[in-house]
Order: sequence, then structure tokens, then C-alpha cells
Amino acid sequence: MKIYVSRDSAAKAVGAERVVAALRAGLAEAGIEAEIIRTGSRGMVWLEPLVEIDRGQGRMAYGPVTPADVAGLLEGSVASLGLTEEIPFFARQTRLTFARCGVTDPLSLSDYEAHGGLVGLRRALAMSAEEIVAEVTASGLRGRGGAGFPTGIKWNTVRQAPGPQKYIVCNADEGDSGTFADRMIMEGDPFTLIEGMVIAGLGVGADRGYVYLRSEYPDAIAVMREAVVLARGAGLLGADVLGSGRSFDMEIRSGAGAYVCGEETSLLNSLEGKRGVVRAKPPLPALEGFLGRPTVVNNVISLATVPVIFERGAAFYADFGLGRSKGTIPVQIAGNVARGGLFETAFGMPLGELVDEVAGGTASGRPVKAVQIGGPLGAYFGREKFDTPFGYEDFDGQGGLIGHAGMVVFDDSADMLKMARFAMEFCAVESCGKCTPCRIGAVRGVETIDRIARGDAAAVEVLTDLCEVMKEGSLCALGGFTPYPVMSALRGFPEDFASVREAAE
Amino acid sequence: MHPQPSDQEIRPVIEAHLHLEGPLLPILHDLQARFGFIPDAARGVIAEALNLSVAEVVGVISFYHDFRKAPAGQHVLKLCRAEACQSVGSEGLAQRVLANLGLEWHGTTADGKLTVEPVYCLGLCACAPALMLDGVVHGRVDDAGVVAILEEAGV
Repeated sequence: MKIYVSRDSAAKAVGAERVVAALRAGLAEAGIEAEIIRTGSRGMVWLEPLVEIDRGQGRMAYGPVTPADVAGLLEGSVASLGLTEEIPFFARQTRLTFARCGVTDPLSLSDYEAHGGLVGLRRALAMSAEEIVAEVTASGLRGRGGAGFPTGIKWNTVRQAPGPQKYIVCNADEGDSGTFADRMIMEGDPFTLIEGMVIAGLGVGADRGYVYLRSEYPDAIAVMREAVVLARGAGLLGADVLGSGRSFDMEIRSGAGAYVCGEETSLLNSLEGKRGVVRAKPPLPALEGFLGRPTVVNNVISLATVPVIFERGAAFYADFGLGRSKGTIPVQIAGNVARGGLFETAFGMPLGELVDEVAGGTASGRPVKAVQIGGPLGAYFGREKFDTPFGYEDFDGQGGLIGHAGMVVFDDSADMLKMARFAMEFCAVESCGKCTPCRIGAVRGVETIDRIARGDAAAVEVLTDLCEVMKEGSLCALGGFTPYPVMSALRGFPEDFASVREAAE
Repeated sequence: MHPQPSDQEIRPVIEAHLHLEGPLLPILHDLQARFGFIPDAARGVIAEALNLSVAEVVGVISFYHDFRKAPAGQHVLKLCRAEACQSVGSEGLAQRVLANLGLEWHGTTADGKLTVEPVYCLGLCACAPALMLDGVVHGRVDDAGVVAILEEAGV
């Protein structure tokens, strides 16, 4: 008998460690021979702690499990949810980037290889740098951190940039609320990120990499650090990558609690040991990045998707998706939802299907009022926009963004004026202070929304104008995109902005 | 004022990281891990070791939310205030927790046992509301859950 329990921090947060302790005690007491394997998360967070038991007929799922259920679980008297991979939420997915996550022991390289790991890297090692970059370009992969910039074009710029030392920097500063895909893949399948960074290094001629990982993720930091040590020991990292004579090594660096360091130039400053203020572009980080040298800065999911592209081929990957949004996107379903978790699917699924069918509506059972897509800088979508297909251009066309594909659902008790105020307040707390529209604008934004709340109708025009200035005049997405949640709340939910209602009457 | 570690205690911590590219954040994290805060006495030593001005070092320390100028309470409770947690009532929960402890955000209880801080996202958005106590995460918490978690930690 094999028993699988996730070691992902979302599982631990809801009691997985207690369940494992109870399982060990129960097994010992009953004298049952069984192996407990700690995996990453299957992404069905509403079922965590999820226990999978394989008695020879496949992995049967049970969840959410409490320590009190364990005795019955081992006797076989607890009803199962069926085979894990046949649970509708899971069966509907297209798992490419997250294929191994939840299946394997994250820190077992032999597990990793048994499930397709390192096939992509071995293929890349036989290719020229130009061919590697061409493969990524052909896959249509775009930056999964939020900006959606074509990864192949970025890599090509770094490949062609002159310089004796280049770098691969992985942006793991996943600060957006409603997003946890980076955390989940780093805790659940860290070698895929390492493999992706090595391939990136081969493609652009970089032999050194850094993962800038936020300090709010201590579990992910621990797993990644351990994975790097294991990879080095196995010759996947080091002076002679898999015996190829090529060199690549990397380090995990911890952030220090600044949201703005998720912006790539601010991240580079932070990595260099400076204040995490944003740099003006140009120069692009691709040409003058870490320590002024050519640098690829990619999000975790972008890099973690590279191995499957090389394993299955660019054409295979590009076959999924919609228009210019190719491949799959791990949608993170969060907030007030019946079924929260990670849902990897080809681009193109309408928002409403994700909210109503996949997520099953709200956890509170009340009607869905708004969905914020793309983190604290993303727009609030009301039900009238639920037919928008999940894609970069489609969301842009609706005055929003998919960002890092986090989706936070709110029921009808949400006060959208408060949410708009929070967006400005958050921007004020987290602004790096470099540019005026963001530093001053966010503070004035909070004050102006307070004026609206007090019934000052004239303040609506001021807020609209301020948002325009922040959008056009800010150096980076923090000040530039804070207007998205603010204006989408104001325009989509005018009834929550009292003075707007009064002005209209 | 809280006791400051000596120069002899500070120097080796700094020197352990000097071979890195961009060593300042690793140095500050390590100092805080050892002493519980960034000692004022370390500023000049860091500046000298990295060929920076003391003002530059202070600028970096003050930029990041993580770095403390004084030790926190024995335990640190971080309550998530981001949108996903708000969608399931985290603001009300946080206000009640703070009121019960008689604290404001960033405050420490009179017995020095607990500091409460806001955090903007722990990546536990599908099992919100979430919190972290001394680096250990908890999800789906409610009023009774917070009390139980604090009791178990002996607060």
C-alpha cells in the first residue's frame, strides 16, 4: 500500500502534518506495511488535506481528511472521491507545466526523470544556442509573470548581446494576491524550474542563474535550496552539466518583503543589494541587467514551462491556446469560491465557465459580485463580462489584464468602494518612491476615494483624472496599473460609490 | 535601548557573504536571523566591507519591510490582508484579533510575547483567510482558530 500526502504549504496550512502523524501512528498500531510519500499539491486546495491511497488499483482520493478520519481511512470504511485523476476539476485540465506536480516526490530526481524530466534538457544540449531560442520562439511562449512578452524574443536579445558574463534571473517574487502557481511549482516540482533555467542558460550563453524568491514563502525557499544542492550533486548543475562540458550554476536568493521587487528592474536592484527602486527603461535588462550585464529575467512559470516545450516539441505546445495566447495557463482560483485551487488549461476558456462551473461559484453560497483577475493591479470584472475568453488580448480588450492568472472571487457582500480604496492604499504602502505619479498619486487616490465616500460628487472627476495621470505617467506597473482595479470598480459598480448614485439621480 | 551585539559578533556574519554577487541582502537576512534585528552597530561595518556610505546601507535597511531596527516579540504573527483573504472576511478577523490583544498593526504585547504584523499575500489564496506564526502557515482560520494557534504556541 502506498499513501500520498501533499507537502505543499497550502496542505500544511490546513493540517496535512497532523494527518500524516495520525497516519503513521495508525499504521504502526494496525501493523500495516505502507509507504507514505510526500508529494507536491494536485492543486485541488478545497480538498486539502488530500490523502491518496494506492492499494494496487490506482491512486484513490480522500479529502478533506482530518486526523479523526484516519482510522476509518485505513480500515477502508471512508468513502473515496474516486481516482484522483478522474475528479472532474482535475480531469478537465491540460496539465503540461504542472504534469508532475502532486504526482511525484518533489525532491526525488529519479522520480523526476521517470516522469519525463531532463528529456528536454538532453535534447537542448544537442542543439545550438540559435536552435534553442528558435524552439522557444516557435512555441509561442509568452511571459507568464503578467506582461506577456514573447519569451523567445527576449532570449534572442540576450543571446545576441555582447558580454563575457550573462545571467538568468528567475522572478519568483509572486506578490499578487490570488496567485500561488509559482509557489506551488517550486514546492511541488522544483527540478522543472532548475531544468528550465539551465536550458535558458544554454540558449543565451549564460552560465549563472539566480532565483529571487519572496521571503513570505519560507517553504518554497527551503525546497528550492534543497533541490539546487541535489541537482548539483547529480551533475545537473555545475561545471559539467550532465557530462556535456557546459557549465551552469544557480543560487536561491530571498526577497525582503517589498511587493515592488516583482517588477523586473526593481528586482535586479534588490538582487544587487540596493533599494528596490524601479529603473527607467531603456536600457532593457536584456542588455544591461544584473550588475549591468545582459540578463534574462523570466517568471517562474515561463521558465518551468520550457522543459515540456523541449520534451514534447514547440509545435505540440503551440497547438494549445487561442490566437496569440498559445499553450496553457495555470489559472489560480481563489478567494470566496466553492472549489479553489490551480486549474491548468489551454487559453480560451470563458471567464464565466471558470467561475461558475470550475470553481462552482462562491463558498458562501451568495451570488458572485465581482472577480478580480491578475492580482492587486488587475481589473474587477462583473458578470456582464463573464463571456471574455481567458487570453492576453481578450482581457486587454475588456480593460483588464490576465497578469499572473490569479482569479479572486467576491460575493455580493463586497464593497467595491472599499476595494478601490484598498488598491490605492496598497500602492501607497508599496510604492518604491521613484516616480511622482505613483508615490504621490496613490496617497491622493486614497484621500479622493474618501471624499467620494463622504458624498462629494466632484471627487469622481478628480479620481478619474488622477488615474489617467498614474496610468500614463508612472514608471512601472505598480503606479501604472493601480488604476485598473480602481476604475473598473468605479465604472462597473457605481452603486457602491454613493456620490455617483446621487449625482445621477 | 536593547542590547547591541559586539563588533566581534557582527563581523564574521558579514564576512561569510562577501564572496557573493550582491551580498547586502544576504548579509542583512543573516544578521536578522542571528540577532533578531539589524543592529545599528552593523551599519558602519557593512559600509566599510562593501565600500558603501553608511547612508546607503541605512537606505537599503529602511526600504524593506522585513528588516527590523529593534527586536520583535518572542513570536511574530503575520495576518494576511490581501484581496483573496479579504473576500472571505480577513479584515474583520484581523480587527477582532488586534482588539482582543489590545494592539495596533506592528504592535507588541506588553509581556513581549507577541508582535502582530500585516502581510500582503502568503500564496494561500485558495484556503483563505491565512496567517503565518513564526514562519509556519495556517489557512482557513477563524476567530477560534487564531485563539487555538496562539494558545498552542504558548502566547
